[in-house]
Amino acid sequence: MHIPDGYLSPSTCAALYVGAAPFWYVAAKRTNRLLHSRLMPRISLFAAFSFVLMMFNIPLPGGTTGHATGIGIATVVLGPWASMLSISVALAIQAIIFGDGGITAIGANCFNIAILGSLATWGVYKLLTVSAAAGSPRRVFAAGLAGYVGLNVAALATAIEFGIQPSLFRDANGAPLYAPYPLHIAIPAMMIGHLTIAGLAEFFVASGLTAFIQRTDPTLLGNATTTEPQQTSTRRLWMVLGILLMLTPLGILAAGTAWGEWGASDFADPEARKQIAAASLNAPLPVHPPQGLAKLSSIWTAPVPDYAPVFLKSESFGYMMSGIFGVGLVIFASQIVAWIVRRART
Amino acid sequence: MSQFVPGSGFLARTASDLHAAARKTFYADEFAHTPGFLQSLDPRSKIVGLGAMVLAASSTRHPEALAAMLVFGLLLAIASRIPLKVLAARAWAGIFLLTFVLAGPAMFTTPGNPIIQLPFGIQITDHGLKTAALLILRVETAATFPALLILSTPWMHVLKALRVLRVPVALVVILALTCRYIVLLLQTAQDMFEARESRRIGILSTKQQRQMATSSVGVLFTKTLVLSEEVYLAMRARGYNGDVFLLQTFRMRPRDWAVAIAMPAGAFLPLLLK
Repeated sequence: MHIPDGYLSPSTCAALYVGAAPFWYVAAKRTNRLLHSRLMPRISLFAAFSFVLMMFNIPLPGGTTGHATGIGIATVVLGPWASMLSISVALAIQAIIFGDGGITAIGANCFNIAILGSLATWGVYKLLTVSAAAGSPRRVFAAGLAGYVGLNVAALATAIEFGIQPSLFRDANGAPLYAPYPLHIAIPAMMIGHLTIAGLAEFFVASGLTAFIQRTDPTLLGNATTTEPQQTSTRRLWMVLGILLMLTPLGILAAGTAWGEWGASDFADPEARKQIAAASLNAPLPVHPPQGLAKLSSIWTAPVPDYAPVFLKSESFGYMMSGIFGVGLVIFASQIVAWIVRRART
Repeated sequence: MSQFVPGSGFLARTASDLHAAARKTFYADEFAHTPGFLQSLDPRSKIVGLGAMVLAASSTRHPEALAAMLVFGLLLAIASRIPLKVLAARAWAGIFLLTFVLAGPAMFTTPGNPIIQLPFGIQITDHGLKTAALLILRVETAATFPALLILSTPWMHVLKALRVLRVPVALVVILALTCRYIVLLLQTAQDMFEARESRRIGILSTKQQRQMATSSVGVLFTKTLVLSEEVYLAMRARGYNGDVFLLQTFRMRPRDWAVAIAMPAGAFLPLLLK
């Protein structure tokens, strides 16, 4: 998953350095506030530990072996911010000293593995360990699953970065200049190995080490070294929501058609028919839409079909507006439910 | 269920991987101390010059420019008395396999005019061939220059010279500490696996092997925690209070300035080619 130099365009690498920078800044500030003078030895030693951990062959069911990255256990024990720093340092050393991963791609590798991986791991772990005691078996499973998800989120981000290269960077004749495969090839090619072998190795290391810590020093699972701040406002949640809304047009970049989301009219459109056939292993397509589909699809006509309000010309802006509208509706509906529940309680 | 066979199971394999990594770590500085062109330069000028070459190799759209850069890298290696065998093992071999696996199918799947017809209707297209060749050449060329930097410069000098790129002092110290303790933890892990292997009697099931691996990771983790506290106390004993300083002992001479200016200028010339 370590991207070497030359697979991503310089502008993609620069964008991912810029994307990683605020996370590094916040992580350094938060971690330093908690650890202060202990920061350097602690981060350095954990980075060295992550590096050595990647050398371990973990025996997996079926007789094969895999390597873990340490995202799972670093996040569970250190918290997401210190984990981001430790894994970033390990990745930088791997690139600079050992040539594993590119110099221009350090930002991309850190963004995918250290930042997205740690955040995803932390999210899953916190979700699954709500009110779980330090010695609870639930933590063992949660740490494993969190590591598995974190690693796969990192792999997915890497695949997306590879997959957008051919559509963005081509020479005058149309030949891809960097990673040559589009999203519909890059994503399955990357995810199959990670969802199976690499993900399992991460699962076993994170869960096994959590069980080991529970027996030897359970205080480490009480977040002794984490830097999770007390949530006093929902401002951050709104910020994240805002960023996600800004990113909604990313879906337009995906090639092909969303499998199984076809309308009855698509069966009459030659271009849509080609896309459906290509996404269905070229299985023969019926000439007319199936009767049931044609009948049921006419029951309800959405006011904003395909996330594209009729009054907007820009597809990207339409996606964003639809996102904002949808989020607004969900918030409105949940406020009504909350109000009803509060009234029922009182 | 796979069985543990003496000398070929995961214990032996992990010990062997750790040993290889430790060897690579211990002998990485070997060529940095031999006399040669790159060895005689200030590390900061090498970071600027060779870094510019990596950036240029990642940016150019011309295979000819990439080939010229690769030849320049080979000449630098020869002038620095770095054996090409060492450079190949370090920079090219592993990455070539990975890139070939990735780029190979692109020769057949990238749309374009067919230039070679193979059996079963498979054909290599002009765009496919160019895409694969460009990717392999780009990746190999870009990997050559960081390898030359590391092979011709002691690690600690490389990390210290990162200051020229405005990398914060604290990060440079963290990177240097990490490098140092990687060596120690690699040695510790290797000892641990050898100790386990020497006490192993009989055949282990996959589950037992996995339990042993995770328990070894756990022991190494505990040792890391203890070591972290010991390092911190040792630093405190030497007067450390959270602020770090770095002694600057490098000296730029005219030839260093020449390399720091000429190499980036030469590297970016190909980008101006139409």
